[in-house]
Amino acid sequence: MRELKNDPFLDFFRVDERFPHILCPGCGIGTTMATMVRVFLDLGIKQDELCVVSGIGCSSRVTGYLDCDTFHTLHGRALPAATGIKLARPDMKVVVIGGDGDIMAIGGNHFIHSARRNLDLTVIVVNNFTYGMTGGQYSPTTPTQERAATAPFGNVERSFNVCFIARAAGAMFVARSTTFHVAHLKKMIQLALQKNGFSVVEVISQCPTFYGRYQGLGDAVKMLEWLKTRSVDVEKVANPWSVKDRFVIGVLHDQEEVPPYSQLYQELRNRAKEK
Amino acid sequence: MGNVQRKRIAAQTGNEAMAYAMKQINPDVVAAYPITPATEIMERIAHRFRELPGRVFIQMEDEIGSICCMNGATAAGLKAMTATSGPGFSLMQEGIGYSVMAELPCIIVNVMRGGPATGTPTRTSQADVMQARYGTHGDHPIVAVCPWSVRECFDLTVTAVNISERLRLPVIILMDEIVGHMREVVELPEKVNVWHPDKPKPPRENYYHYDDQNNYDACIASFGEGYRIHLTGLTHRKDGFPTDEPEIIKWNLDRLRRKIEDNRSWLWDMDYLDLGSETVIVSYGTAGRSAMAAKAQFEAQTGRRVGIVRLRMVWPFPVQRLMALLRSARRVIVPEMNQGQLYREVERTVSLNVSVVSVQRYDGEMLTPEEIIDAL
Ligand SMILES: Cc1ncc(C[n+]2csc(CCOP(=O)(O)OP(=O)(O)O)c2C)c(N)n1
Ligand code: SF4
Repeated sequence: MRELKNDPFLDFFRVDERFPHILCPGCGIGTTMATMVRVFLDLGIKQDELCVVSGIGCSSRVTGYLDCDTFHTLHGRALPAATGIKLARPDMKVVVIGGDGDIMAIGGNHFIHSARRNLDLTVIVVNNFTYGMTGGQYSPTTPTQERAATAPFGNVERSFNVCFIARAAGAMFVARSTTFHVAHLKKMIQLALQKNGFSVVEVISQCPTFYGRYQGLGDAVKMLEWLKTRSVDVEKVANPWSVKDRFVIGVLHDQEEVPPYSQLYQELRNRAKEK
Repeated sequence: MGNVQRKRIAAQTGNEAMAYAMKQINPDVVAAYPITPATEIMERIAHRFRELPGRVFIQMEDEIGSICCMNGATAAGLKAMTATSGPGFSLMQEGIGYSVMAELPCIIVNVMRGGPATGTPTRTSQADVMQARYGTHGDHPIVAVCPWSVRECFDLTVTAVNISERLRLPVIILMDEIVGHMREVVELPEKVNVWHPDKPKPPRENYYHYDDQNNYDACIASFGEGYRIHLTGLTHRKDGFPTDEPEIIKWNLDRLRRKIEDNRSWLWDMDYLDLGSETVIVSYGTAGRSAMAAKAQFEAQTGRRVGIVRLRMVWPFPVQRLMALLRSARRVIVPEMNQGQLYREVERTVSLNVSVVSVQRYDGEMLTPEEIIDAL
């Protein structure tokens, strides 16, 4: 195993101690994790200057495999924990990763307020339209009428558009991609990490074990085909926010940067001292 | 602990003294959400923090956010504090469990107001004593202190920080509305000594965050120091990574319990007086003020002595020490502003031939000395 360690990509993982991982075969979370690490390498983000923070869920398990500072917090609470790290170490690169349940349901309040505060960090929302870890219950992103472990006769609730909420809450940068479009996904994560301020990437991902099975979408390969055919590039649509039944992928919002929270706090302190 | 350097005399409230202590201690982050009767603490800190370089006060979106933000700040090497009251303390419970499990010290001030639910925000109470001990799920140790005066609001805040840092545990300061709002002329130290954990010596390859030697008085790595640590609320091995192996689950829980057990020799704090007496009043917090007044009145009226034990640290409950102190007592009176929460702890501590009487008041008013005298 040791000689593998010369590969910077493998070096970013805790290959010796933590693999094999617990994710199901064919799950999109692995693709997301690997793509994220490739962006870290491309951008020259050092393992010792990075903290990856997650809540609880399959997607949140990513923190257990990366060889950098990693913080596996409570269900839904990755963002307030990341806020604490950012207050302590504004210089550190902080990336939050979690599922649609973790970030949009139990952590939804923290998500909108972190966006409002404009914390200087990137959030990667792995949206598989379900609660994977607990066995395929419906989540805030499960489309209406679809079946789930807790919606055997169809989901009566309406679903969230993660990117729309991120933009409305004040995120500086919002993009969507899928685990099929790996090169595109890499580009989106890269742009998000380069943004100074709160940036969000929604990654539409396959959960063949639960979501795929409940919707009759087939195995992982079929689900990847489904991601491919269901997606449409943002350049090809007139209004990305009104498209239904399609995953609009690309940069959906990229605004002129305003100073992030930690910078404003420092400025405020300087002003208060003068008084 | 808390060596006194110079003094400052002023009329202050308990909440003010606490905010002043926090300023001396110089915590790096205070994350809080407004709630009566704890709001003044955060307001004062927000005001004072502008003078302190590198300090941050943040008003979070809720108390769950406050505790999780503190856990993040502590994991990155800072000292963190918050102040709240019952409903906020309830929201924090899962996060307090995380502080215990990941061993992230922090200070949580709970200005008790009674409940359940919204309770009586503007009245006093000591009803969260058991919640402080058992509020979060799982078997876990906890430390809680309980001041009875403005000066103690200051001193016990310093004590709490030092215990929290040494044991790497959250420490809860149980105040009540009376002590928070009471104004006294006090001398407050201008400088206090605060315990800081050392940095680890071994290189990353040989560093184990939860090494057996690293349980208390530890040398601890934080985020951003190149140790690539992993913190989780899952049961974990000494390297911090999760496991469900039975021996390690037990090791993990034993480790947490040992934080208290191994340090029992210094982990207690109480006042006592006239313990040879047949009757002893065991109290804590502002009920202790009523107890002192009751003792004085009763002794003046009857000429009979009454003993006093006042717990400054209610958790861990000082079983051995109390057993020894109450050896010659025949009657023990436990006055509390709740329905007898600590009374049971006292009852199971003393020997069977001692009668233990619970004096309770839970209408939002302070216990009167007369109510205690009636039980003497
Ligand atoms: C407070 C709390 N409630 C419920 C749970 C149980 N739980 C664990 S993971 C999870 C949902 C995970 O779904 P999601 O965040 O979408 O991630 P996925 O597993 O799909 O990647 C739930 C409800 C928990 N751990 N904590
Ligand atoms: S349950 Fe679904 S989301 Fe979780 S690892 Fe399996 S495939 Fe992935």
